[in-house]
Amino acid sequence: MPEAALIQTPAVEGAPRPSPAAQQLQARLAATPRPRARATDAARTDALDRLSAQGLPGPRHEYWRYTDPAPFNAAAPDPVPLDAVTGDPTLFAGVDKLRLVFVDGRFDAAASDDLSLAGVEVAPLSQADAQADHWVGDAYGALEKQGQSPVSRPFAALNTAIATDGAVIRVTGQAAKPVQILYRRSDPAADVTIHHVLRLEPGADLTLLENGLVGARGNIVIEADLAAGAKLHHVAAHRAGVPRVSNIHLFGRVAEGASLKSFALSVDGRHLRTESVIELLGDDAVAHVACAMLGDGAAVHQDDTVFITHTGLRGESRQVFKKVLKNGATGVFQGKILVRPGAQKTDGYQISQALLLDENSQYLAKPELEIYADDVKCSHGSTTGALDETALFYLRSRGVPRERAVVLLVLSFLADALEEVEDEALRAEISDRLEEWLTARAKG
Amino acid sequence: MTVQDAPEIEVREGVDRETVETVASMGSYKYGWDTEIEMEYAPKGINEDIVRLISQKNEEPEWMTEWRLAAFRRWQTMTEPSWAMLNYPEIDFQDQYYYARPKSMAGRPKSLDEVDPKLLATYEKLGIPLREQEILAGVEGAEAAPADVRKVAVDAVFDSVSVGTTFQDELAKAGVIFCPISEAIRKHPELVKKYLGSVVPQSDNYFATLNSAVFSDGSFVYVPPGVRCPMELSTYFRINAENTGQFERTLIIADKGSYVSYLEGCTAPKRDTAQLHAAVVEIVILEDAEVKYSTVQNWFPGDEEGRGGIYNFVTKRADCREPRAKVMWTQVETGSAITWKYPSCILRGEESQGEFYSIAITNNFQQADTGTKMIHLGKNTRSRIVSKGISAGQAQNTYRGLVSMHPRATDSRNYTQCDSLLIGDRCGAHTVPYIEVKNSSSRVEHEATTSKVDEDQLFYCRARGMDEEEAVALVVNGFCRDVLQALPMEFAMEAQALVAISLEGSVG
Repeated sequence: MPEAALIQTPAVEGAPRPSPAAQQLQARLAATPRPRARATDAARTDALDRLSAQGLPGPRHEYWRYTDPAPFNAAAPDPVPLDAVTGDPTLFAGVDKLRLVFVDGRFDAAASDDLSLAGVEVAPLSQADAQADHWVGDAYGALEKQGQSPVSRPFAALNTAIATDGAVIRVTGQAAKPVQILYRRSDPAADVTIHHVLRLEPGADLTLLENGLVGARGNIVIEADLAAGAKLHHVAAHRAGVPRVSNIHLFGRVAEGASLKSFALSVDGRHLRTESVIELLGDDAVAHVACAMLGDGAAVHQDDTVFITHTGLRGESRQVFKKVLKNGATGVFQGKILVRPGAQKTDGYQISQALLLDENSQYLAKPELEIYADDVKCSHGSTTGALDETALFYLRSRGVPRERAVVLLVLSFLADALEEVEDEALRAEISDRLEEWLTARAKG
Repeated sequence: MTVQDAPEIEVREGVDRETVETVASMGSYKYGWDTEIEMEYAPKGINEDIVRLISQKNEEPEWMTEWRLAAFRRWQTMTEPSWAMLNYPEIDFQDQYYYARPKSMAGRPKSLDEVDPKLLATYEKLGIPLREQEILAGVEGAEAAPADVRKVAVDAVFDSVSVGTTFQDELAKAGVIFCPISEAIRKHPELVKKYLGSVVPQSDNYFATLNSAVFSDGSFVYVPPGVRCPMELSTYFRINAENTGQFERTLIIADKGSYVSYLEGCTAPKRDTAQLHAAVVEIVILEDAEVKYSTVQNWFPGDEEGRGGIYNFVTKRADCREPRAKVMWTQVETGSAITWKYPSCILRGEESQGEFYSIAITNNFQQADTGTKMIHLGKNTRSRIVSKGISAGQAQNTYRGLVSMHPRATDSRNYTQCDSLLIGDRCGAHTVPYIEVKNSSSRVEHEATTSKVDEDQLFYCRARGMDEEEAVALVVNGFCRDVLQALPMEFAMEAQALVAISLEGSVG
């Protein structure tokens, strides 16, 4: 806690000179030029001002207590050989979907499906941006800007300012099939900044799939604005791979009776930080955020940071985060539920759990509640521990080999998070993937 | 405050009436009177001369003066922390008196018989009789308790000085040293030198460093090896003088295999301006020793409009330095306008144990940011945290805690439960726990459940013929007892009277 920081010697303020942080920000911006834009030009300028005012976070920043922001601050990422990780391009292969492919952060029309789909308007940001009067001009950066208070999120502002491409999706009814965003890489040094804008009109319904490998460094922002009664189901799979670093923000605004559900499967996230910032603005709004994470190896560091704000009446929020850590992996969870005055009958739930499979791994958590309404039901739980030896013994006494028993227990530990994937076929596919991965690792 | 004057607070259904009334009645602070007594003050403000003056008033040796000055110099380089969820006007540290003592105390009375009767009467009125008699001290309604009871030794601190300590001779027979810390510095320098600042270093944090520079008095306890302290020890702190900060320092050392239970109480008169209180409590616990430390903190909380009240910035820490050392913190926090307090346990010795039980009640414009730190360093260490926060009026109540399992603290355990209850729709309840686990054989569980009364328990009671209200009352009673039971009997009675409270429908 912060008091501990007081034990350290306070820095003595020196004479005014250009701060290293300011220099770092200049270097960061110089390395990635701002693209030409028409529709989003004003929003990008605005974001740049925000970022300049905030500066990049330092290691002492309370919101970066458990994750070193340095790899995100660096002017350029370390290149990652293309064959280092193959990714998981086959995930969701069996699903009938509309596929959008981004290679090194740019839309690849040839690799993508035809963009016409009943109930959905899809366009790459790079094209939408060329039209000065495109609706994306108003939406772009709006939720990100709102999500900067009470905690600043400089890498999201940076993204808004310099994003090269993304998907611009407007859903007017029931989407005929899921939309998939697939990331690929061709340049070992690609430093990718992608910004997706989703607008779900009243009653609209969309399933969004997201997977693949972004770049040597990835900075992704998704803004999802849900009108009354709309439903967004987001299922993402992050495979961060060797020394890659990624920073992902999901900004959601949920109107009356609308529902936003986001699930992420994450395997070996190397310096991965996700931030979900969701406001339940309308009455009876629903937001669920869940993650099943597997981490193996000392280089693995995944930080899930969640900030859910209840503004409307009778809102329901769930945060379910499960992490399985071994061989020195680090799992971080910073979750917060803020209930504003008047947000009565809120039902807020948060669970964060870690399973540490050896003595070297670590779990760092800060599950917070901030509540200003009296008739609410809010709870959080957080547990950390090793595998249950009794359960292991039980399985082994029934003839299940140890390796297999561990896989089964880990899967059952992750089950609550997987439950958050509503579509049964998707859930089964993810569960199978998890089992394959666990079985392979158990043998390795 | 009459019912007509009461601000319009909407209380939802299901919140027990008694809870609401008890919390409301806390607005009528009973200890708000003051004692008219001739005082002498150090000049206003703080500087090296003031630090030297305090040291000189306490007739301290040179090393102690230097220790204070080192702390003061360090303090000047520090900035006031701002991370707590507390809002208060900037404190002008030069607009305070750092030393105030009754004139009659200048001659250092040799026994209680020589103490100014006005001072004795003050404690009498507070319910703290400074006579060596076998009755329960410090407790309202204690007269009603059975008379075959334990003795309680009392150290009474009035503004900057200790006015007297009872049962010192009887304690000395058992080898227990219980005296004002000012006296310990003169009479037991070897113990003070060895342990002072060893748990809370001079430079620990802004308020602890200020305390290290200007602390004027407080209590000192040493329990020798193998001794079970024959009676409970207690210190009663009274702030009386206006614009005066109280900076007390308590040092407790429980040597190998010893046991002591220590109680602390505090009150202050009603004043329109806020007053500063920055205390440090250090506890050293050696092999197989056990310390229970209980507090009923009832400083003036400010009035219904949020005027006045004590700003309470306290650093309390226990160091379980050797194997199987054990500490239990219990606190009932009802007073103070601002509470900034995190009694902590350093579990260094193998199999050492730390426990923290807390009830924090804030009403009107009170703000509390309180909790604990459990630092597990040794193998097989255990800790338990039970925290109940209740907010009413426009108050803000924050639980802030840290549970840290170091890589070497294998096979350790922590269990944490924090619940809070909001009464009315203009207050706030917040939870900020930090959980850091760096080994896998330890188990950490943190729970902040919605404490709507447990449905199963309720069902059980109702199935046995109780009506809903009785069932709720019974279950809630059991719920609160977690904390209340951890208190020694003297305090449990006072706390129960203060907290006849249900926690149903609360949020974590």
